[in-house]
Amino acid sequence: MIVLGIESSAHTFGVGLVRDESPHIIADVRKKYVPSRGGIHPKEASQFFISEGPKAIKEALEGSGVSPMEVDAYAVTLGPGLGPCLRVGATLARGLAAYFEKPLVPVNHAVAHIEIGRYLSGFKDPLVVYLSGGNTMIVAYEEGRYRVFGETLDIALGNFLDTLAREMGLAPPYIVNGKHAIEVCADKGVKFLKELPYVVKGQDVSYSGLLTASLKAVKRGARKEDVCMTAREIAFSAIVEVAERGLAHTGKKELLLVGGVAASQTLRDKFRVMAAERGVEFYAVPPKYAVDNGVMIAFTGLLAFKHGIVVPPEKAYIRQRWRLDEVDIPWVSH
Amino acid sequence: MGESLKNHSLIAVGAEAALYKGRFLNLDVVIKYRLRKPYRLNDLDLQLRIQRTILEAKVIRTLMRAGVKVPPLLYVHPEEGILVLKYIKGSLLRDVVHSGSIDVSCKGLNYVGKYAGRMHSIGVVHGDLTTSNVIITPDNMAYLIDFGLSKFSNRIEDMATDIHLFTRSLESAHYKWKDFLLKCFLRGYFNEKGDEAAKIVAVAKEIRMRGRYVEERRVKKA
Ligand SMILES: Nc1ncnc2c1ncn2[C@@H]1O[C@H](COP(=O)(O)OP(=O)(O)OP(=O)(O)O)[C@@H](O)[C@H]1O
Ligand SMILES: Nc1ncnc2c1ncn2[C@@H]1O[C@H](COP(=O)(O)OP(=O)(O)O)[C@@H](O)[C@H]1O
Repeated sequence: MIVLGIESSAHTFGVGLVRDESPHIIADVRKKYVPSRGGIHPKEASQFFISEGPKAIKEALEGSGVSPMEVDAYAVTLGPGLGPCLRVGATLARGLAAYFEKPLVPVNHAVAHIEIGRYLSGFKDPLVVYLSGGNTMIVAYEEGRYRVFGETLDIALGNFLDTLAREMGLAPPYIVNGKHAIEVCADKGVKFLKELPYVVKGQDVSYSGLLTASLKAVKRGARKEDVCMTAREIAFSAIVEVAERGLAHTGKKELLLVGGVAASQTLRDKFRVMAAERGVEFYAVPPKYAVDNGVMIAFTGLLAFKHGIVVPPEKAYIRQRWRLDEVDIPWVSH
Repeated sequence: MGESLKNHSLIAVGAEAALYKGRFLNLDVVIKYRLRKPYRLNDLDLQLRIQRTILEAKVIRTLMRAGVKVPPLLYVHPEEGILVLKYIKGSLLRDVVHSGSIDVSCKGLNYVGKYAGRMHSIGVVHGDLTTSNVIITPDNMAYLIDFGLSKFSNRIEDMATDIHLFTRSLESAHYKWKDFLLKCFLRGYFNEKGDEAAKIVAVAKEIRMRGRYVEERRVKKA
């Protein structure tokens, strides 16, 4: 069985082809929209997707020698994400499914990040920490769905790092040689600034106060590198702490780190140390699959399709705020 | 204190502390020891452990005076991150719910609501209100524990955060019973807190929406 998956929720138009036998991943094409300046502009991104999307699909099929007729189902991210961006992927997927008379499988983007992580780690029942530009969540499977045990009360960790870097004049580019601009700067920090706020509320983190205070510290003349170091230390320690709370609360024995921010080596190291202390197994999704991609959509689509989850093309609406805990997960059982 | 503290054995490794049971001044006690976290920088680690130990001690004293059931505090050593509390015999509310004793759970939740209301009325927010931080005694009384993330505050926003966290903990850990259990909790809360309760609960609902994928925010900052 072969499933083609399309991802277009934010900055990446991704197309993946996966099979239910080895080798599982047979195509992985990505077209990344890079904003001319500032953060992501949804309209601009969707324009980019409209021109690059069809090419990406063609590349994936031709590159792997699979004909559209051989594809058993088409899977697509219907949410959560940016409306204009999601719409491009959804339109193309609806068209393909209708034209080739194949089933269309709706995929939730957050679920896909988790499923690719479960597949790569081999974990059965992990506590999942999902950290990206738009999401900061601690989740675990409980009675048929992924439940949210902790999250950010305001901005996501990736957004925090990106915004801080941009406002401090350190980015774009945000990532240089696999390292975030804030981290490059933080590595040269020496002094921990006691006045920056560490905010953990129960199982939740909050980063907006830290963002404001960090920028204020820069304005006041604190060394940039010290601000970066302190901000990183606080932001990362706080998420590791709430993950540890999640482990204590749920009793899970596996810890899985997914999403774009999982690419940070410093952060992985912190998680690894915490997990080792608690006697919990740890796995971080490698950067290649931690960021948005089509493979994770195809892979999740395959799982869902095998459990009969399909949607008629004319009813495949995008859902910008489709919450993780609204999605039934019939393929997990224990 | 080493001399007077006898026969201690590890009973739990919580999220931030190791807890030992022992005898102290002829009482059954727990020693809550906030451990050093090797994943964080020394400066931050020390700052958090001392702050939270002091805070927990203050909050326990304040709540005891206000008639909220909490384990009495017998000794505190902030620099070492140590608190000695009276041992409370019983089970965690989380486990009571999981065991299926729904009537006992409801009664427990009613107490939690009442105590949360009382805390809020005297300007204390719990900061980590979950069913794991409530002990139900054999005579079905509820004790609140774990005040390391508490705060002295009269802000609606902070009180609402308590309600939000508690509601979500019911949703994630006790999905089957969440609606029923939430009613038990809110009944106690409304009874104690009166008119302001409705407003606080409304703000809690608003907080719930914030952290979830809010794409406008990402765009706005651009
Ligand atoms: N090496 C790195 N260190 C730290 N952060 C990183 C690194 N590489 C990427 N990131 C961050 O990851 C985020 C992008 O992640 P990803 O592509 O998974 O998510 P997204 O599309 O922004 O959000 P979502 O997947 O939730 O829709 C950005 O905030 C980026 O700064
Ligand atoms: N006074 C007490 N009496 C009996 N058991 C307690 C007491 N305080 C804590 N415990 C036990 O220890 C566990 C962890 O304590 P807690 O204060 O919540 O620490 P942490 O913040 O590390 O989770 C509790 O879940 C409970 O089982």
